[in-house]
Amino acid sequence: MATGYNAAHDHHDHDHHTPGFWSRWFLSTNHKDIGTLYLIFSAFAGLIGAALSVYMRMELMEPGVQYMGWHQNPGHHWNSVVTAHGLIMVFFLVMPALIGGFGNWFVPIMIGAPDMAFPRMNNISFWLTVAGFVMLVCSVFIGDGVGTGWTIYVPLSSSGSPGPSMDFAIFSLHLAGAGSILGAANFITTIFNMRTPGMTMHRMPLMAWAILVTAFLLLLALPVLAGVITMLLTDRNFGTGFFDPAKGGDPMLFMHLFWFFGHPEVYIMILPAFGIVSQIVSTFSRKPVFGYLGMAYAMVAIGVVGFVVWAHHMYTVGMDVDTRAYFMAATMVIAVPTGVKIFSWVATMWGGSIRFEVPMLWAIGLIFLFTVGGVTGVVLANAGVDIALHNTYYVIAHFHYVLSLGAVFGIFAGFYYWIGKMCGRQYNETLAQIHFWTTFIGVNVTFFPMHFAGLAGMPRHYIDYPDAFAMWNYVSSWGAILGFASTLLWVFIVFHTMFYGRKVGANYWGEGATTIEWQVPSPPAFHTFDELPKIGKPAEHH
Amino acid sequence: MSVAAGLAGRNRRVVVAALGFATAMVGLAYASAPLYDLFCRVTGFAGTTQVAVAAPGRVLAREVTVRFDANRDGNLPWKFEPLQVSVTAKLGEEKLVFYRATNLSSRPIVGTATYNVTPDLAGSWFNKIQCFCFTEQLLMPGQSIDMPVTFFVDPDMANDRKYDRVSTITLSYTFFEAKTDRARTLLSNLPASGKPGTGAGVPDPRARDTSKGG
Repeated sequence: MATGYNAAHDHHDHDHHTPGFWSRWFLSTNHKDIGTLYLIFSAFAGLIGAALSVYMRMELMEPGVQYMGWHQNPGHHWNSVVTAHGLIMVFFLVMPALIGGFGNWFVPIMIGAPDMAFPRMNNISFWLTVAGFVMLVCSVFIGDGVGTGWTIYVPLSSSGSPGPSMDFAIFSLHLAGAGSILGAANFITTIFNMRTPGMTMHRMPLMAWAILVTAFLLLLALPVLAGVITMLLTDRNFGTGFFDPAKGGDPMLFMHLFWFFGHPEVYIMILPAFGIVSQIVSTFSRKPVFGYLGMAYAMVAIGVVGFVVWAHHMYTVGMDVDTRAYFMAATMVIAVPTGVKIFSWVATMWGGSIRFEVPMLWAIGLIFLFTVGGVTGVVLANAGVDIALHNTYYVIAHFHYVLSLGAVFGIFAGFYYWIGKMCGRQYNETLAQIHFWTTFIGVNVTFFPMHFAGLAGMPRHYIDYPDAFAMWNYVSSWGAILGFASTLLWVFIVFHTMFYGRKVGANYWGEGATTIEWQVPSPPAFHTFDELPKIGKPAEHH
Repeated sequence: MSVAAGLAGRNRRVVVAALGFATAMVGLAYASAPLYDLFCRVTGFAGTTQVAVAAPGRVLAREVTVRFDANRDGNLPWKFEPLQVSVTAKLGEEKLVFYRATNLSSRPIVGTATYNVTPDLAGSWFNKIQCFCFTEQLLMPGQSIDMPVTFFVDPDMANDRKYDRVSTITLSYTFFEAKTDRARTLLSNLPASGKPGTGAGVPDPRARDTSKGG
């Protein structure tokens, strides 16, 4: 409890400190405003990415080329849409929403910090991300589009992709990556140095732990991506030969470096969602999280082990058996800390006084569906099985279960949990319930049949498929349409909430919501704290 | 004030360390290019073969079949083939084999070959004493050369049960058009008559020059 701090005294006429529209939203240095900007941006980018996925599912609904035939090279067009979908969802939906959005909004409040350590750097992080998105859009419209998939493997991305599109995509990743690295350094500094007195590391809410671990992963992984795409850029344009065997380079090096970044990247996307789920499960079970320290260090363990498993993405490149055995074992080890988290969430609910409010539905949905994706992940971790399933729809099903149904469920969970806190108005319960159930059904109908298509041997990255795969593709496509309709309902819910939502007080979830953001008004004042909150008894802030 | 100044100082230290860390990781990404090369050479990772000065002199009775594979980049107008499908070699026995490369184009081309062996784990036991892949090869228009490879399989392979099932080793090469500094030097040192378009000074396509191998 924030005993030294009184929420009722919070309205010290902060409002006349609030800057004008231009300075508030374009020159922002306030962590809450920057968080809001990130959330708006990621919603915008996410809707584009989702629309692209519907475009792809429409095309795959029936065998043959139906909707992309207008393009002079439909197969390449397909690949460029796949690539745009992947890059947008990874770099411009999940990361900005979870880290930039909820991380910025709530980590400083949860640890009792007045703002981020470097507010101006926070601002440049956001605008670099936006600039990165603009570059990605340029890559679609200038040149032929990037048809490499988000993994941008050489030589397809070097000698195989002449023209400016690929270079724009590289610059896009540079800018988004630079933004994320600066953001990560900012979070680390904030969490290390700016916790309020009494808020020790081991009393921080798990959301703050999740963002801290994520920030370290970003700091270690993203510079490697920056390095590798810079090498790719100079290989393409300035005659270097890092990945070109004709110049003494090695294309395999690209894959190793890419996945050294790429694998931690998947934990970068899911760990903040884990943090959100921990807060929500605790709140709606009216209990502190079971095994707090285990939960925190499970995330640390996932982060550490996540750096030494990368080659399980490349079992088919011809590694010897011992190497594959190592990467297989190391990969499966990650199931242990992940299992610690899943079981601790279940144990938190066990014996709790559970309320199935909408954020809780999303959180439980994440726990269930992430576990499904985790199980197929363990299947794919087997090098022998992966040889058969590599680049099939089984892999697509797997990573959409952990990301589209994991990370994105985390985003929606966070949205419904905190929207009242962020805008001061609560969502409509009925509409939110409809949104959850239609999304839940939609995404499962979309992605579960992909397991069957993949096991039957349907490869990814093709615009067309043999008639044998028609049935499950048809089912998947209807699922995608339902899921997208549900997302449009969410857009309506956002506006409905902002204009017609019921006004709420500081702690609208009541007992169980113990972290500091529930001690401040909804929405919090422009400057959250008059004086730093003091932390009383331990064990209440989990 | 001093509290705030202290915090600013601590913040600066942490963020400088964090960004220094990030910069170091970029450096590490670049350093990995030579490090990966070194790692493969030292460990035989990914079937990277070893280089030896001479065969050890110790020959075991155990035999392995060494098969030969030749590939070329689609952009390289060469014909490239092994002159034997396979040989049987006792462990420790030095063997000499030939590959033939023919320049099918009308311009001088410098080629460079990448190589490895399958299974990958045999890489650390497969020793080359002499190989055309150690350096770039210049072929004049129409020229064909037979290029030697001298190798032996390390008899110490027999000491480890792990390699008991290695009975066939495939040595594979892929030729690319070389764009290295040495390739440029080789091409610029050609007599003017050898340059494309002059038509004169082109060697007889049937003439085989085995001295270039090595």
